[in-house]
Amino acid sequence: MSIDKSEVEKIAWLTRLAIDKEDIASYCNELTNIVDLMEQMNSVDTTDIAPLAHPLNLSSRLRIDKVTETDQRENFQENAVETKDGYYLVPKVID
Amino acid sequence: MYKSTLAQLSIALESKKISSEELTRLYIERCNKHNNSLNCFITITEEEALKKARQADKKRASGDYNLLTGIPIAQKDIFCTNGTKTTCGSKMLDNFVAPYDATLIKKMNDAGLIMLGKTNMDEFAMGSSNETSFYGPVKNPWDGCRVPGGSSGGSASAVAARLTPAATGTDTGGSIRQPSSFCGITGLKPTYGRVSRYGMVAFASSLDQGGPMTQTAEDAALIMNIIAGFDEHDSTSTEKPTDNYTEKLNNSIKGLKIGLPKQYFDENLDNNVADVIENGLKELEKLGAKCVDVELPHTELSIPAYYVIAPAECSSNLSRYDGVRFGHRCKEPKNLSDLYCRSRQEGFGKEVKRRIMIGTYVLSAGYYDAYYIKAQKIRQIISNDFQNVFKNVDIIAGPTTTGVAFKLNEKLNDPISMYLSDLYTVSVNLAGLPAISVPSGFINKLPVGMQLIGNYFQESLLMNVAHQYQKVTDWHQKIPQAYE
Repeated sequence: MSIDKSEVEKIAWLTRLAIDKEDIASYCNELTNIVDLMEQMNSVDTTDIAPLAHPLNLSSRLRIDKVTETDQRENFQENAVETKDGYYLVPKVID
Repeated sequence: MYKSTLAQLSIALESKKISSEELTRLYIERCNKHNNSLNCFITITEEEALKKARQADKKRASGDYNLLTGIPIAQKDIFCTNGTKTTCGSKMLDNFVAPYDATLIKKMNDAGLIMLGKTNMDEFAMGSSNETSFYGPVKNPWDGCRVPGGSSGGSASAVAARLTPAATGTDTGGSIRQPSSFCGITGLKPTYGRVSRYGMVAFASSLDQGGPMTQTAEDAALIMNIIAGFDEHDSTSTEKPTDNYTEKLNNSIKGLKIGLPKQYFDENLDNNVADVIENGLKELEKLGAKCVDVELPHTELSIPAYYVIAPAECSSNLSRYDGVRFGHRCKEPKNLSDLYCRSRQEGFGKEVKRRIMIGTYVLSAGYYDAYYIKAQKIRQIISNDFQNVFKNVDIIAGPTTTGVAFKLNEKLNDPISMYLSDLYTVSVNLAGLPAISVPSGFINKLPVGMQLIGNYFQESLLMNVAHQYQKVTDWHQKIPQAYE
């Protein structure tokens, strides 16, 4: 299985990662090698095996639907580059 | 004094041989002196540490204290610390100051431990050499040309050089055990869910687990008594009651049945490492343990399965870094999409991007079943293999790594060869089991660790076996000459 330029560009877009044109070739090469490594998994028949998502096979715990957290907006927004009136600012999306 | 274990320091403080302030000053001086050459700390919190140490002295004087009150410790820079920056080894979080403490940090603070600083690590814990850190590689104190292992390389290096009596780490595919082996210290990866992940920057959420990195198994037990336990803030935290981890340390291991997986001693293992491990096993046999051969037939498949599952979870977890609410933001974004794409391009390093790309690929339409579901099925098989073995043995033993610490740059540009070096550690994470790496000898002055793997929630037994081993060996007491 080989991962080509268009595949690399597609994955990069899916994950919103800008990549330099000169890096595309090395991404193709490295990702192809890693996918080749993954292909080793095909040496085992797993038809009747159930996938394991959680090591202890537990389901997520539920909690009572009650507000337990206090409002810390100002505290949390100290880490943001741009905020105004309690909102996070981003470039304009609609003209 | 700087050679003392946590247990010894506890006694020294209790008997007033030294104050917490004096002790903290001693370690801060060592950190400041050696950090330039080892680069094991990203942040040293000198003033805060000394302030806390004076408070600890007051607490001790007033009688309101715990066993470890006033003892310094280093925290891996993956744990959120309120008021002190938490970088996770990444440019993305270079300016990030968490607005809260991770549960592990809170528990240690409440117990009176003094944070000396935040230790260097592979970026977002992705790496096995500590070379992917935005803050530069950490050096192995046994040989400055070699890596300390990763991702908890800063913690391992700092404990080995005795810049701190103990540290914390996290282990997603070996990141506590492998650097512990490379640096000659003791490192415990607890059962998945045993130590809270709340406030621990997420890499692969179904694999990540925090734990102690110490000089001895006894010290690991002392730390586990503080950090283990249920946390309502972590939905994967287990409600199962904790042990008293120090209680069983002195139990006899006579009659203990140890399984030796054939696959851990095959041609992938360096011959010299095999000799060291065999000597270690002989010591355990002298203590009354019995070794039997067992099979973990799908060990080699743990690498491809791990390098599907971990990147898949990482690509999902790291999607939160979008340049909007926190973390790096690119200059003058043209539009929202440009803001996302360039902030991520600039903020993440090479290995992190590689894993995000792979993870996105295996989760994308058309490949999900072939890679992601397939890997989860392999994960089930690997877990079953372990359970089959544990029907007949109490613990499993073998090497932690295939060889000793490798040279800086030796594997950096060959990701596959870096991934393959995790052969004996990743399957433990896939199954969610506890395991400990214990110093067991040297090859050309480089430390070698023996790995002991237990069944779920058998941390006490692992530390008991390791403690008994450390009572009859002195590998864990060796200190690199330059730091004596």
